[in-house]
Amino acid sequence: MELSKLPGFLLRRGVKAFVVILAIVVCNFLLIHAAPGDPASVIAGQSGAADERFLAQLREQFGLDKPFHVQLWIYLKGVLTLDLGFSHRQQQPVWGLIRERLPATLLLTGAAFAFAVAAGVALGTLAARRVGTWADSIITVIALTFYATPLFWVGLMLVLFFSVWLEWLPSFGMASVGADLAGIAAVLDVGKHLILPAATLGLFYLAVYARLTRATMLEVADQDFVKTARAKGVPEGQVIRRHVLRNALLPVITFAGIQAGQLVGGSILVETVFAWPGIGRLAFDALLARDYAVLLGVFFCTSVMVVLFNLVTDLLYAVVDPRVEVEG
Amino acid sequence: MADFWRRFRRNRGAVVGLVILLLVFLLAALAPVIYPGSPWDMATAPFVPPGEEGMLLGSDSLGRDVAAGIAHGARISLMVGAVSTVAALLIGVTLGAIAGYLGGIADDAVMRFTEFFQTIPSFVFAILLVAIFTPTISSVVFAIAVVSWPPVARVVRAEFLSLRSREFVQAAEVLGKSRLSIVLTDILPNALSPIVVLASLMVASAILLESALSFLGLGDPNLMTWGFLIGSGRSVIRLAWWMSVFPGLAIFLTVLALNLVGEGLSDALNPRLARQRGGPA
Amino acid sequence: MTLLSVEGLTVALPAGGDRPHAVEEIALSVDPGEIVCVVGESGSGKSITANAVMGLLPKQLPVRAGRILFEGQDLLALGAEPMRRLRGARVSMIFQEPMTALNPVMRVGEQIAEAMRVHGAGGDAARRVPELLAAVNLPDPTATARAYPFRLSGGQRQRVMIAMALALEPSLLIADEPTTALDVTTQMQILRLIREIQSRRGTGVLFITHDFGVVAEIADRVAVMQHGRIVEQGAAAEVLNRPQHPYTRALIAAVPHGAPGAARVPDSGPPVLVTKGVEKTYRRSGGWFGPKPVVRAVHDADFTLARGETLGLVGESGSGKSTLARCVVKLVEPERGEIIFEGADLRPLSRGAWKPYRKKIQMIFQDPFASLNPRRRVGEIIAEGPITHGTPRSVAEARARDLLALVQLDAGAMERYPHEFSGGQRQRIGIARALAMEPELLIADEPVSALDVSVQAQVLALLADIRDRLGLTMLFITHDLRVAAQVCDRIAVMQRGAIVEQGPTAEVFGNPQHAYTRQLLDSIPGRNWTPPVIAA
Repeated sequence: MELSKLPGFLLRRGVKAFVVILAIVVCNFLLIHAAPGDPASVIAGQSGAADERFLAQLREQFGLDKPFHVQLWIYLKGVLTLDLGFSHRQQQPVWGLIRERLPATLLLTGAAFAFAVAAGVALGTLAARRVGTWADSIITVIALTFYATPLFWVGLMLVLFFSVWLEWLPSFGMASVGADLAGIAAVLDVGKHLILPAATLGLFYLAVYARLTRATMLEVADQDFVKTARAKGVPEGQVIRRHVLRNALLPVITFAGIQAGQLVGGSILVETVFAWPGIGRLAFDALLARDYAVLLGVFFCTSVMVVLFNLVTDLLYAVVDPRVEVEG
Repeated sequence: MADFWRRFRRNRGAVVGLVILLLVFLLAALAPVIYPGSPWDMATAPFVPPGEEGMLLGSDSLGRDVAAGIAHGARISLMVGAVSTVAALLIGVTLGAIAGYLGGIADDAVMRFTEFFQTIPSFVFAILLVAIFTPTISSVVFAIAVVSWPPVARVVRAEFLSLRSREFVQAAEVLGKSRLSIVLTDILPNALSPIVVLASLMVASAILLESALSFLGLGDPNLMTWGFLIGSGRSVIRLAWWMSVFPGLAIFLTVLALNLVGEGLSDALNPRLARQRGGPA
Repeated sequence: MTLLSVEGLTVALPAGGDRPHAVEEIALSVDPGEIVCVVGESGSGKSITANAVMGLLPKQLPVRAGRILFEGQDLLALGAEPMRRLRGARVSMIFQEPMTALNPVMRVGEQIAEAMRVHGAGGDAARRVPELLAAVNLPDPTATARAYPFRLSGGQRQRVMIAMALALEPSLLIADEPTTALDVTTQMQILRLIREIQSRRGTGVLFITHDFGVVAEIADRVAVMQHGRIVEQGAAAEVLNRPQHPYTRALIAAVPHGAPGAARVPDSGPPVLVTKGVEKTYRRSGGWFGPKPVVRAVHDADFTLARGETLGLVGESGSGKSTLARCVVKLVEPERGEIIFEGADLRPLSRGAWKPYRKKIQMIFQDPFASLNPRRRVGEIIAEGPITHGTPRSVAEARARDLLALVQLDAGAMERYPHEFSGGQRQRIGIARALAMEPELLIADEPVSALDVSVQAQVLALLADIRDRLGLTMLFITHDLRVAAQVCDRIAVMQRGAIVEQGPTAEVFGNPQHAYTRQLLDSIPGRNWTPPVIAA
């Protein structure tokens, strides 16, 4: 796509993203009303022994005695001004709870994503280049193994191996308790705590990317323009880099956008296993306490993260692939 | 059919997968025979390591037999995998067929709807659904089906879209066949192979999803599941590794087997693709 | 000195093929400044020969014997790296499919520059690329160099391919069916371009084709291949006009001679089909802003079809001829106009009201591999139309058996699936399916263009025979003017959605009035060659 068309493209995608976010809010609203029981007690959290006064206050705040569309409007207005409700259990606004935990989750998912893409594409490329050899077989088996293993179990096994038996890496939290480190030492400490959770989350997606890259590389390698490149005497390494890989990465970008949501979902499991203080762990705690306001807030925020990430991958795709038309 | 089986057999992994899958089925079918009584009952002392006191795979913190839990859990995993896949196929095939065959506004509407469901973080959504509708086996199946159908709709739509413009479908139009008859006799049979392959992979991911939900404590509290076993072993992993390791292996083997069978099906149903995978230039 | 000399080349096929060798004992040579055509039907091994010279054979096709001497050097004995240095520099190649032969995410100028850079001539690229693009007659070379392939038409892309192949002035150019995917006027331009550049630079050309018209247009010498062997070789004029080998004789006899058939007396009764003011416009979705691009697929395309007559709709791809035919059978719904069949306007009819007419109007499709449902038996495919319209199954199946005999297939075909048949046989099944409805009007959409030339002749003969025996009215869509001349009573020429000229075949071909018709006729490859009449 030509750069001059970028602003228009961004505007259209921005509008589309906003519509999706609106739809998510509506979806949340409908869930509250579809749940068995009083919507107010859903908002408050069932097991929270929410007192009558608080429920009455909620009914007032959300206009629960008013017509349906008015309720929807009140709810929409609230969410769009980042008022995600109040956690009765934690006695704090939901947005505050989430904001506090967000950096940890971004660090974890970001690290896992980078690891998965880099290693996955590299292994997939290697397997495609050596198709039919033992290297290909080993990579295929590894990919299939991690593809078929539950994420949380991989986490537990890594803990068992690296923390319990070898005692190399910490299995718990984001920083050493009571160590009170500063500067480089603190960063290294966090890094050390990050290795196992990021590896756990990344290994599954590494498998996905490796399989995808291998398949698209093989498909692209069969195409006519690759033969053209060979016919004009382009050296083999350059054929792979400039012609095959460049085209094979397009589906990988698309896929990265599609599975961003799964990455966020996976972080709930990983944060639960490793007690990583992010929003996944927050969601797990809310789940135990049946604190629906927090759960709905987490769902909303993770959805927005995914929508934003999709915006970035769409943009990246449009820049890489000239065929993306204005309406793309 | 013989041809199909011959091509399936050529993929050795698929045959291994099929054997594992049959064993898991056998385990599920025979669970009440091998381990009569409830898997929730105390069988021995807590934390008995594997192989001791007649506990093949050890006992858990309440002295329950881990092996009995795995055998009974196999029934739940397979059942949830199958039922939720059937439900997701019903939704996905219907929507995909409508979008692909009718095109135009119907296609636009269905695809926007599908995109929305593909954008939202599906696992978080599943958690939310199960939590709000209280954890029961039916809400778990419902939640898994609701988050699993979009890929089916996309695949079916793409197939229908391409088949609709194929000349043999145009020929059927020119012969004056009804829409329903064209969809059922001309389009659907030719779109079946990718759906079958996808279905086998969906059962696998449904089993993974179910185990993740019960690991978080969102399983049906009355049913013994593999995810629950791992979840209850999580906090005592330093004490009793077998509580987490064996149920995890059960999930791994089942899901692996389904993936291998899926690849075998794909090879057997698309001989052209299989050749490509075998030895490209 | 001989530029290229292939001696005793034998290439193996993987086990399980229909023959042990892809090509066997190939011997041919190309001199500098000479164009040698290798001609044969699909599967004859002509492309494998070309790829062997380039050293681009896939691993499954190993060379078993022979030598390929290029400028005195045996290419088969050359290592990978020296061979790479020759490719693109001394020997270049252009391919059949211009739409897929260029890297979609790289600017075309960059792709040409890359060809120069990998042979150490990258320093010149900035100056040479526009020069090369100008040399292949591309408009605005600097702008074209910056364009991505998807912005260019098939003909333009093929020009880019030629520019790229000639960038380093190779002494040998291998062209593998370079004009097969192009329209006839574009094909002629590309053929002329290759001829012109080749004679100016003295390049030797090895030209692979299936089309004897192209051979007549461009070749100095010809080698005819069948089942992996060269069966006849010689000077072009000699082979074309006095073929010796039975296979060459059969192939040349099958080339449509392009002479109009004996004029038949038109029926004077009411016409079977009249189209008036039919218009079909496609709007691409142009996003939320800006005007939507509009393609007028059909407009100003009125014609009348008398009973028993065959009207040929000819034109290049995108001319709207297929769309117009599909409008007649409601596969495409036009926005405007009348489609009057036996006095009734069919356009406004609903799906249900259309159904009775389905029996009277039937269609034969182009692609024999896509037009039959792969999951149904041939018997069901032929019988299902009448059954849909209420014919009892047993009657319909008995009739299907008769029809198989009519299209010269044996009754055993009833129980078999389409994939068990060859392209020509499938096309016969498609014809039987249409005839099962006992139609009055038969629409044939490029019925032979996907077939090899010898099969093409058989199917055309069958169609003409059935038409005459059953007194069918036919609308015959084709891009091949020779075929049209042979089959049709009248011709309508379409360009950009409109019929620009129509009239009796002999008149349109003998005395074309419209400039576009003249251009089409001038573009028939080998138009100055009349295939010799060969006694069977």
